[in-house]
Amino acid sequence: MYKTPDGKEIFVLDGHTHFWDGSPENQANVHGKQFIECFYAYHTNLSPQEELWEKPRFEKYSEDDIYRDLFVDGPDDMAIIQSTYLRDFYKNGFSSIERSSSMASRHPERFIVNGSFDPRDGEKALEYIHYMKEEFDITGVKMYTAEWNGNSKGWALNDPDAYKCFELCEKLGIKNIHVHKGPTIIPLSKDAFSVDDVDYAATDFQNLNWIVEHCGLPRLDDFCWIAVQETNVYAGLAVALPFIHARPRYFAEVMAELLFWVGEDKILFGSDYAIWTPKWLVEKFWNFQIPDDIAEERGVQLTDEIKEKILGLNAARIYGIDVEAKKAQLAGAPVQIAAE
Amino acid sequence: MLTDIIKADLECELWESLEAVTDPELDEPITDMGFVERAEVIGSKRVEVEFRLPTYWCSPNFAFLMAFGIRAEVCALPWVQEVQVTLNDHCFGDEVNEGVNSGKPFEEVFAQYCDGANLAEVVDTFRAKAFDRRQEVMLLALQAQGMTEAEIVSLTLAAFDRITMHGEEEERQKPRYRDLLLDQGLAENPEDLAFPTWDGQAIEAQELATHLVRLKGTRINMEFNGALCRGLATTRYKEVEIGPEGPTLVDFIAGRVPPREDHATRR
Repeated sequence: MYKTPDGKEIFVLDGHTHFWDGSPENQANVHGKQFIECFYAYHTNLSPQEELWEKPRFEKYSEDDIYRDLFVDGPDDMAIIQSTYLRDFYKNGFSSIERSSSMASRHPERFIVNGSFDPRDGEKALEYIHYMKEEFDITGVKMYTAEWNGNSKGWALNDPDAYKCFELCEKLGIKNIHVHKGPTIIPLSKDAFSVDDVDYAATDFQNLNWIVEHCGLPRLDDFCWIAVQETNVYAGLAVALPFIHARPRYFAEVMAELLFWVGEDKILFGSDYAIWTPKWLVEKFWNFQIPDDIAEERGVQLTDEIKEKILGLNAARIYGIDVEAKKAQLAGAPVQIAAE
Repeated sequence: MLTDIIKADLECELWESLEAVTDPELDEPITDMGFVERAEVIGSKRVEVEFRLPTYWCSPNFAFLMAFGIRAEVCALPWVQEVQVTLNDHCFGDEVNEGVNSGKPFEEVFAQYCDGANLAEVVDTFRAKAFDRRQEVMLLALQAQGMTEAEIVSLTLAAFDRITMHGEEEERQKPRYRDLLLDQGLAENPEDLAFPTWDGQAIEAQELATHLVRLKGTRINMEFNGALCRGLATTRYKEVEIGPEGPTLVDFIAGRVPPREDHATRR
C-alpha cells in the first residue's frame, strides 16, 4: 500500500520481481558470473546512491530480505515472482519455481509465482507445463527467449514448438505470458533485440495476455508500433522506470510514447527487484510529472488516476484479482516485522 | 624523443580514424561511447586496439560489426602494416577476436557462426534508423530557422550544402547526414532532393509533421539506449562499499578501470 502525500491509499501490484541465487557457490561457469555482474551493473548504474547494495547481498538475499524490501519497507501489496532458470549458467538454476514457491508459501496472500518453460525441450516442455499447473497452479509464465540451451543460443515466440506450448497454456488457463524483451542474445544471424515475434504470437493467441517486459527496450519504437495494433499486448515498465532518477527527461519521453501508443490501461509497474527496490521507485513515480513540452507534443498526461492503474489496477485486472477484496484480506493480515 | 613525437602523432591519427567506427545500434562513435580501452602504435607500423562493450552480453552481431569496423578503418591508414583488434570480456570474445584477426573477410567469418546467414538485413535496419535520427536533427534545425514545410521538402542537395547550421549537435550531424544520404544513393546530383525518405520517396509538405512524429520515436529510443549503454560502461567493474558516509561506488579490479579520462585529455 502506497500512501500518497495527501493520504490516499494506492494498491501496488509489483508485476516483475525475482527471488534469485546468483552467488558464486551456485554459478556453474563464467557466464553465470557475468550474468549476475551484468544485473549488478544495472543496479549500480541506475539506483540512487543511498539505495546501493553491496555485492554479496545482491548476489543472494534471504526470504526475510525480500519480504521486508517489498512489503515492510516497500509499498508493494502483492508481487509477481518470475522464474528464470538459466540452467546452463547456474547449478541449481538462477531462480526456480520450487525455490520461489517455497519462499512465497510463508505469505501466499502476497505472492503470485510464475513459471517458465523452454519450448526447445519439446515433449518435456509440455509435460513440465502440466507439472507447474498441477503442483503450483500457475496463472502466468516468464519467457526468456535469449536463454541458452545446448547449442541453441535462443528461440522465437513464433517457433512451432513454442506454439504447441502456448496452445497448452491457453487450454490450462495460464493466461499471462511475460516475455523478456530487454538486452538479449539470440542466434547471430538475427537482430538480437527484435520484437517482431511478439506480433505473430499475440495475433495468433488472442486469449493470452502478452506482457512485454522492459517494454521492448532497446526496441521501444518497434514495440510501440506492435502494441498499438494488438489489444492483448502490454508493456512492463521494469528497467525503464529507474531512469526516473538518473535521466528523468528520457523517462518522461518514454512514458509519453507509451501512453500515446500503448495506452494507460496496458502499462504495468515492475520494480525488477532485487535489481531495484520498489520503495524509491513508487515514491518517485507518484511524484513525477511529464514536463509540459513533452506532454503537449504527444497530448498525454500522467494523472493520479493513470498512475494508480499503472501501479496496480492494470495487473490486477489481467491476473483476476479483486482489488477491494484483496485490500480487505491484507488489512486483516498486516505485514509482520520479523524479530531480529 | 623524436620517436615519441612521431608515436604521439600517429596515435592521434589512429584515434581520429576510430571515430569513424560507430555502434550500429546507437549511431554514435565508439570513441565517444568510451568503448575503446587502448589504441597503441608500436614501432610506427603495428597497431593494437582493445575495446570493451558495456556488458558481457551486448549483442554479438554488433560486436562483430564493430570489431571489423575497427580493422577496416585502421587498415585504411597508409602507414599501418599490422593490426590486432581485441574485444575484452565478452560472451563471444574468443570467436570475435579469432575472426577479426584471421585476415578473412567479414562475411566469411560471420557465416561460419550462423549457418551461412549474413547480417545484411540487420545492418540495413540500423542504417535506416541512423538515417532517420540524423535527418530529424536537420529537419528540426531548418524549421527553427524559419523555413516552411514546402521549402524544406523541396530543398535540393546544393541548397542544403549552402545552409549553415548552428548548435553543436546540428553541426555534428550535418556532414553525417549528407554522408549517409550519398552513401545510400538517395541523392547523387546537386539538384536531387536533400530530404527523401529512407525508401527514396519524396515527402509531401502536408506529410512532414507525421514524418517527424515517426522520426521522434526512433530518436527517443536511440537516446535511451545510448544513455543506458553509457551508464553501464561507466559502472562495469565497480562495486559498492558501505562506509560511515553510506554507500559509495568504487573501482574494485585494479587496472580494469576504463581509461576514458585519459583519452579525453589526449583528444
